[in-house]
Amino acid sequence: MSARGRGRRSRFAPMLLLAFALVLVGGIYTAVAPNAAQADTQTTGDAAHGEKLFITNCATCHGTGAVGSDLAPSLIGVGAASVHFQVTTGRMPMQASGAQAPAKPPQFDESEALDLAAYVATLGPGPEIPTEDQVDPAQGSPANGMLLFRTNCAMCHNAVGAGGALTEGKYAPSLMESTPTVIYEAMLTGPQSMPGFNDATLTPDEKRDVIAFLMEQRGTQPGGFALGSIGPVSEGIWVFIVGLGSLIGIAVWVGSRSS
Amino acid sequence: MTDTTTSAAITEPIVPKPVSGTVDYLDQRVGAASMIKGLSRKLFPDHWSFLLGEIALYSFIVLLLSGFFLTMFFVPSMTEVHYPEDALPVTMQGVEMSEAFASTLNMSFHVRGGLLMRQIHHWAALMFVGSMVVHMLRIFFTGAFRKPRELNYLVGFSMLILSLLAGLTGYSLPDDVLSGNGLRITDGVVKSLPIIGSYMSYMVFGGEFPGTDVIPRMFTLHILLIPALILGLVALHLFLVFWQKHTQYPGPGRTDKNVVGYPLFPVYMAKAGGFFFIVFGVLALMGAFMSINSVWNYGPFDPALVSAGAQPDWYMLFLEGSLRLMPGQPEFVILGWTLSLNVLIPAVVIPGLLFTFLGAYPFIEAAVTKDTGEHHVLDRPRNAATRTSLGAAFLSVFIVLLVAGANDLVATHFGLSLNAITWVLRVLFFVLPVVVFVITKRICLALQRKDREVVLHGHETGTVRRTADGRFYEVHQPLDEFERWVRVGHHVYRPLQLAPAEDANGVRRPGGRLDGIRTTLSRFFYEDRVEPVTPAELATAHSHGEHDQLPAGESSRVGELTSTSGTSH
Amino acid sequence: MSSHEQQPSTEVARSGTDGRLPERFENPGLAPHRHRLADSDPKVSKRSERQVVVIFLISVLASIAGVVGYFVIPLDEPSILDVRLSTLVIGAGLGLGMLGIGVAAVQWARALMDDAEKVEDRHPMSAGPSVQQQAFEMLRDGGSEANIARRPVLKGAVGGALALAPLAFLVPLIGNLGADWDISKFARTAWRPVRGGDPERYYQGQYRYLAVDPQDRRIKASEITNNNIVHVIPHGLPEEEHYLEEKAKAVVLLVRVDPGLLKESAERADWSYEGIVAYSKICTHVGCPVALYEQQTHHLLCPCHQSTFDITDAAKVVFGPAKRALPQLPIAVDEEGYLYAKADFDEPVGPSYWQRER
Repeated sequence: MSARGRGRRSRFAPMLLLAFALVLVGGIYTAVAPNAAQADTQTTGDAAHGEKLFITNCATCHGTGAVGSDLAPSLIGVGAASVHFQVTTGRMPMQASGAQAPAKPPQFDESEALDLAAYVATLGPGPEIPTEDQVDPAQGSPANGMLLFRTNCAMCHNAVGAGGALTEGKYAPSLMESTPTVIYEAMLTGPQSMPGFNDATLTPDEKRDVIAFLMEQRGTQPGGFALGSIGPVSEGIWVFIVGLGSLIGIAVWVGSRSS
Repeated sequence: MTDTTTSAAITEPIVPKPVSGTVDYLDQRVGAASMIKGLSRKLFPDHWSFLLGEIALYSFIVLLLSGFFLTMFFVPSMTEVHYPEDALPVTMQGVEMSEAFASTLNMSFHVRGGLLMRQIHHWAALMFVGSMVVHMLRIFFTGAFRKPRELNYLVGFSMLILSLLAGLTGYSLPDDVLSGNGLRITDGVVKSLPIIGSYMSYMVFGGEFPGTDVIPRMFTLHILLIPALILGLVALHLFLVFWQKHTQYPGPGRTDKNVVGYPLFPVYMAKAGGFFFIVFGVLALMGAFMSINSVWNYGPFDPALVSAGAQPDWYMLFLEGSLRLMPGQPEFVILGWTLSLNVLIPAVVIPGLLFTFLGAYPFIEAAVTKDTGEHHVLDRPRNAATRTSLGAAFLSVFIVLLVAGANDLVATHFGLSLNAITWVLRVLFFVLPVVVFVITKRICLALQRKDREVVLHGHETGTVRRTADGRFYEVHQPLDEFERWVRVGHHVYRPLQLAPAEDANGVRRPGGRLDGIRTTLSRFFYEDRVEPVTPAELATAHSHGEHDQLPAGESSRVGELTSTSGTSH
Repeated sequence: MSSHEQQPSTEVARSGTDGRLPERFENPGLAPHRHRLADSDPKVSKRSERQVVVIFLISVLASIAGVVGYFVIPLDEPSILDVRLSTLVIGAGLGLGMLGIGVAAVQWARALMDDAEKVEDRHPMSAGPSVQQQAFEMLRDGGSEANIARRPVLKGAVGGALALAPLAFLVPLIGNLGADWDISKFARTAWRPVRGGDPERYYQGQYRYLAVDPQDRRIKASEITNNNIVHVIPHGLPEEEHYLEEKAKAVVLLVRVDPGLLKESAERADWSYEGIVAYSKICTHVGCPVALYEQQTHHLLCPCHQSTFDITDAAKVVFGPAKRALPQLPIAVDEEGYLYAKADFDEPVGPSYWQRER
């Protein structure tokens, strides 16, 4: 009896240890990991420093004084919001030309991005970076945001913002990780393929509602694992892999002879 | 067992009193004893692939149970209401929506177990169609549809079509944006039908799309008409399985005149009965852990809206893919009438051809073999090379259409261009089935040759010996007769040799044209083949020693062997 | 039942009576039965029994947990987390409860029930020619008793009555299903100018104002900037009858592009306003809302089947399964700068249908 007990302990001990370790690591991660939404602190940038950064990093394509060139459009009048969006999401500076500039780890930190934005804003009037209040999801209505999002955004970005395909290799990116400020700026300025939504078609309050909806969507899924939130195709794949897969596995067991 | 029945039968009861009492009661009234006599010890062959159909059956039962739960809380009405301000989810508070959608939300968030049942129901639906398809593939590739089971094949085929309808009608009930667009596509396809299309659309929606009738109508179809039809066909399907007895895989002792297996009571009662609980359990766990069709993500239906990733459930995806692949040019206006071949071809003609092939295949094969015998021993897929290759080619077309139906997701997940994928799939739609057919056939014939090799020379053992005169050879372990039988027991069809369509004087024979087609098809089916090893060949191989090369006459084409076509083994 | 006790043989084949090899191999009969460990070792058998009992017990516990879960997690004033938890607990209880019964029953069958294969004879489906003959005779006798032969009028009457009777059921059914069957509605939308319309909704009481979907706010041309897209409905539509049916036809996309880019035909030259064009949002393929606007290429993409339309070139098809361009809505502005529709679409919106051009 005791021999068997020992055997059992030794068999399950590694699994238990592993499970414990996983829980521990997960717990520490959630406690320590930075919260992306907290990173936005609003200050105005230093245009003079921004100009220096612009000349060394951007002028090759966008031209001295941001007048544009064959490679890249003029930035006069695009506004601070556009620059802040492009730079903080890492889309600019672009690494290689392609169907569209992908988001990547940003090359400049927040204050440098604000400097650049401040510089470009001096070149001509354009949309400004939203204030903390303008992007505060707590002040928006998720229900109204849902109505607006599905009319104006869901056809490209998917019903919950998981992203979708456009033509010729372009795509609407996932919004699952985007900060409220970035979402607001994208709506306001219409980066790349995306059309803009100015304050007449989508008022600042309505933009905040959209943000509130998107933040609400990121919470717990009442039904369980979201399976990518991309709809029936992923559900179909899962029913074959998990459902039929396990049932066929069990069927093989049912049909086999016991040793 | 024998002891009790012979010596103690008179004094001691064979079965406990309550059992004998019940049986007696029922026997006096409905003749239960003869039913038990006929059914209880009926034998069923054992194989995992025979359980695929059971997955479908049990998924269907789970659908009925969970569906019953849902009908208790679902309101099939398109009356517009405002969702309460204090109800979950917050993204829907105060939003205008149909009662159908509101009741779906309410049962998901405020009925305990409601969301679970919705998810179980939807997973079970996907599983139902999925297992039916896989079951049908098993039937197809093992030749289980041959005489006498052609009619039961058609019963199953009808159930597959009905299950697609059940899925389509059920999918639309929550009245969300995604399913609403599915309905809208259905409407567009219906409208494209020549002459009657517009009126059919009016008939479905009770006027213009979307109207207020379609959900109550779909509801009745979904919970009454279609399940009743499926249930009737299930009963017929199972009755025929019992009546004709189950097929069995080839093996020693298995013939077309017997069944080898375990009795219904107790072994299959436990195994098949237990499997029901397993299927239910797996579906319930999927419903508990994996979200499916979270309609609050899509929101209530509005005809102006659509979201990226607009796709139907997987079993309708091939239609979606077919629509996506079709180029738009072939729409014509003839004498003022509009003919939308750009919709009709992908949505009606292509599915029509695919389903006709599936439904007609048993009859095509029966025609080209002219085989009138009963078949109860299944084919190994390799031994029916042409059938297997046709099935694989069919599957490849289906998979191309599935991928096409998800081409936007393929584009985003693999960083490809949507347009490029569409073009590649347009080409693959025509090329892939041919390539798959040729490759599968080669593989099947190669496997048959491998079988011959193993029968003639035994299994390789990896032991190398040296003879007295210095030669090396590998020791081969010869097969015993049971192992060998699986590889040599099958029947090989040869192309039909029918009388020519015209006699010597050039006079047409009645039925000559048909026979001509039949001969051509038969040649296509059976020209390439590998004959199983005969006892004489094996004896020759043995006399040459285990390590010798294959004797001549391994594979044969028409003419090399005298043709004795058309008899069953 | 055939014997299981014979030894496997690697002989080529049993010779026939005349000593010559047969043409084909013969079926060797059932392979000998291999006994399980549990058949001979009572300890193994006992262990299997214990396994089965334990699995049944797990099922019992899980079922109880599911029921308890129902009571302890009420959903009267729930949070999303409550819904998640309730679903999870009831589902896991139900699932494991069922799975346990199944696994235990199967394990019982595999490990403890007799596993020797049995053999049963099959008989051909047909009972043979003699029974067939009897059946034919019965049919003949019945037929002759019915006295149907050589009475063509009676046969015709039966057939005719049977064929017609369902019509009295089917005609009312199908006749009612399509309501008024007025398919000319396909060709009209809520943009059609009216007389004496509400001036709030209709410019000069005639021409429908454009409004933003879903807010139903009127739009000034000056509010639309160059890379913008606006989803538009007829102003005031949400309050009207048949809102969804009308919306399904009337939704429009409003886009402003550089007027120099627009390729406009002479007859449509005044359908746009300072580079603002309005096109039907309903795909001409099968009717999905076409809404993915790429502002750099000015292409509109339908997410359902990927028909792509070029906004600058009269919304003609550049890719995908649609054939026809999206219908254009002629627009103009009133004195205050608000956009209105000068006329209805000049063709039916949405998917093609047989009578479309009539």
